[in-house]
Amino acid sequence: MIKDRLESWFPHPVLSVVLLICWLLLNNSFSAGHIVLGSVLSIIIPWFTSSFWPEKINIKNIKTFALFVVIVAYDIIVANLIVAKLILGSNDKLKPHFLEIQLDAKNDLTITLLASTISLTPGTVSSDLSMDKKTLLVHALHVEDIDKEIKTIKTRYEKPLMEVFES
Amino acid sequence: MEIFISLLIFIGAFFTLVGSIGLVKLPNFFMRLHGPTKATTLGLGSILSASVLFFYTYLDTISLDEFLIVVFLFITAPVSAHLMAKAALHSKKKV
Amino acid sequence: MIEAVILIAIIMVLIAFLLNFYRLIAGPTTVDRVLALDTCYINSIALIVLISMYLRSSLYYEIAILIALMGFVGTVAISKYLIRGDIIE
Repeated sequence: MIKDRLESWFPHPVLSVVLLICWLLLNNSFSAGHIVLGSVLSIIIPWFTSSFWPEKINIKNIKTFALFVVIVAYDIIVANLIVAKLILGSNDKLKPHFLEIQLDAKNDLTITLLASTISLTPGTVSSDLSMDKKTLLVHALHVEDIDKEIKTIKTRYEKPLMEVFES
Repeated sequence: MEIFISLLIFIGAFFTLVGSIGLVKLPNFFMRLHGPTKATTLGLGSILSASVLFFYTYLDTISLDEFLIVVFLFITAPVSAHLMAKAALHSKKKV
Repeated sequence: MIEAVILIAIIMVLIAFLLNFYRLIAGPTTVDRVLALDTCYINSIALIVLISMYLRSSLYYEIAILIALMGFVGTVAISKYLIRGDIIE
């Protein structure tokens, strides 16, 4: 009963917290007035826009998610060094290739996050998702072994994301 | 501290430059997409974190707006890259 | 010393701008030009942040945030137009 009431008042708790933090950062102050105004806005805005957000975000395994964020941050830095080296090197050595990744993830959010992560990490950009949401087309700047690359993406990024949002 | 900030600024500018070099140098569109979307994002990230440290050490003001820009860019860069790649695939199909 | 480093960084970003303009003019396809414009947006954010450090004023961040927002919306709008021939269906 109380839980239902709470849910109708705060339809998206994560969104509310993010909005409050954004408001405080935008104003660049943590004074009491801004905290009150930000809290009021972060309660009202999710309430008004709740019809745009039909599905709920629930993070099931916060430890895995934190680990995933750390891995991705590390990969972004390493990937940038690798890409910088590839760009400054000779063009003829590069072996660009399209990879087709068969997705196990079904949730829209998981697929979106996976595609974004792929775009941010080692020499790969996600380019297209098939209509039935089962195949992701990825362009890689330089691949030696196609199967190995696909396997790395699946085990390194897709598995933790599925554990966090789907299991 | 000064050396650390200078290093961050220099790394940022270097990656920005590398992204644009990639934009000019690489032979086809899908390869060009790699340069700007990644190198430039990290370059901007390090320039912005340098500016947070800069304003803290030299002017004694803490301004955290920069993190908002960084987070925003890290969210939007893959999205725009994905849409551009999709547009390129589409125009290829038509021809 | 830090002023000199910032100046060098500004010059590097300006060279990056010139390279972007080359790709913007040379093409060869429309998508290439969109990509060059997107890179221009990101580079201009970098330039604004560097200039604000050089002038030691934090008034410029609002401009940087606005350019980031507008750049993203512009790129998405043009790409959607190229994909569908229409922006809002």
